[in-house]
Amino acid sequence: MAGVQVANLSRSFGAHTALDDVSIDFADGGFYALLGPSGSGKTTLLRQIAGFDFPDSGRIAIGGESVERVPVEKRRIGMVFQNYALFPNMSVADNVAFGLSVRGEAKATIQSEVQRALDLVQLGKLGARRPHQLSGGQRQRVALARAIVTKPRVLLLDEPLGALDKALRVDMQIELKRIQREIGITTIFVTHDQEEALTMSDRIGILRDGRLVQEGPPEEIYDRPKSEFAATFLGDANILRGETTGTGIRLPDGTAIAAGAGATLAGGATASCAVRPERIRIGTDSGTSDPNANMLRGQVSKRIFAGNNSTYFVDRNGQTIKVTVQNTGVEKLAEGQKVVLRWSPESTVLIAAS
Amino acid sequence: MATTRILEWCGRLYIWLLLAFLYLPVIIMALMSFNVSPFYQLPFEWTTEWYASLWQNDQLISATWNSIEIAIISTIISTVLGSAASLALYRYEFRGKKFLQALLFPPIAIPWLITGTAMLIFFFGVGIGRGLFAILLGHVALALPYVIVVVSARLQTFAPELEEAARSLGANQWQVTSRVTLPWIMPGVIAGGLFAFAVSFDQFVVSYFLSTPGQTTLPVEIYAAIRKGFTPEINAVSTIIIVVSMALMLLTARFFKFGGEK
Repeated sequence: MAGVQVANLSRSFGAHTALDDVSIDFADGGFYALLGPSGSGKTTLLRQIAGFDFPDSGRIAIGGESVERVPVEKRRIGMVFQNYALFPNMSVADNVAFGLSVRGEAKATIQSEVQRALDLVQLGKLGARRPHQLSGGQRQRVALARAIVTKPRVLLLDEPLGALDKALRVDMQIELKRIQREIGITTIFVTHDQEEALTMSDRIGILRDGRLVQEGPPEEIYDRPKSEFAATFLGDANILRGETTGTGIRLPDGTAIAAGAGATLAGGATASCAVRPERIRIGTDSGTSDPNANMLRGQVSKRIFAGNNSTYFVDRNGQTIKVTVQNTGVEKLAEGQKVVLRWSPESTVLIAAS
Repeated sequence: MATTRILEWCGRLYIWLLLAFLYLPVIIMALMSFNVSPFYQLPFEWTTEWYASLWQNDQLISATWNSIEIAIISTIISTVLGSAASLALYRYEFRGKKFLQALLFPPIAIPWLITGTAMLIFFFGVGIGRGLFAILLGHVALALPYVIVVVSARLQTFAPELEEAARSLGANQWQVTSRVTLPWIMPGVIAGGLFAFAVSFDQFVVSYFLSTPGQTTLPVEIYAAIRKGFTPEINAVSTIIIVVSMALMLLTARFFKFGGEK
């Protein structure tokens, strides 16, 4: 087991910059998500760590050893591919045995290691099957068993759950997490699914246009995004733009918004405030509340019911503010109703203009 | 109900007519190889005389062995070279690759008569001349594009992640090729090999140009024999070859399931 250090990594393909000076430290035993839209460079970064492609500049170290020029077959990594890439001409057991067999391990060792890996992913009895006889979830488990049976230093997952349906995906998230804890392997997985990133990982790195936008624990990124992009890509956020007052902003119409979190900025510059929809309280009354709270008035333009919660789209001077409320079955606001929105400064993140 | 039955009946008739069209001449030839009359005269009288005299016809027998040898050797050479070329074209990007690929296919369309003439002139120019070796070289050259086309088509269905997965598990280039890529393209390699065998074993035009009186192949020898005067021995040797090659084809089809497994 080993940590992975990526320092100042850059890679271009022709005129396209896929990775631009990316540095991340993946601690030993951690579970990391690389999150970003398609074309953000997350897969390129994973392939660089795997060794399928070499960087133009920068360093990659696995367990302290520089590997940026070491080809993939010598890096001792385990990788799970998006479509699993199981060998169709081999049985499940032979698929899992492949990595041990090409290393020339003894037959008996291979057999017991393969069985152990298959037991770990709960496929102990399916060794004789062919990949095409398995369900999507089972193939996923075989791919995982094959990747970890060689005891790699780091486990790399490329959108591993992308091809599964929703219910199975949730099961596999739990399963993957369990297996990762059990063997304690440093795991880096690429996803464009923010929910997956939030629920599974210890730390998240958000990428955009080949750059690392923000990196940290899920709660930290969610509660204190450093850019409008991070705020809106990980979870939903309302962005209010205006002129900074140092501890908040003043909207163009003069309304002051106080921010209790985020950057400290010099007054006068343009900046924005991010507020999560579930942090805003929505009501029809105007008085009796925390005098420090931020307050805006608006009109409900639309309500979307989603079972356990509802999202109100509130129109204020042409800007739509989303408010999500738990469905308590008590109060329903009609479309067109005038409402008051309140939220605390602590729920407001000040973000410098990018 | 009635119409479906008529349609079904028409379909069956069609298949039988098609098979008759394909096999009738061959069956008649096979029957005549057992007929006493050398001039296709009826009534049919059973004999194995022609097979016995074929056994005495050294020229025809040596030409048959030449054909078989050349077909097998040229099949092996062109299948190995062609498959390797297909893999290289699949894996690597290099300057002029598109141009090279485009150049591989016109030889299939160039009439064999012209290729044969060109080879004859070329082999004379470089000192190879005519004979079995020249025929072998010619057959390899003729078969190569077929093998490359068939194997490349199979490679199009290969998922490149499979090679990446194998490499990530520590396999070197040779292990990746022999354990992952080759098993997948094997049906294509076998099909390419069959093409190569057929191109060589059926080959008349190019062999005719490159053969010498002592060093010749079966099709050329049969042609020469017919020109001198038809003998039923030719029916006999043809029948043997048909039986053997059909048995080979059926065996291959049975073991390799054309198109391959998913």
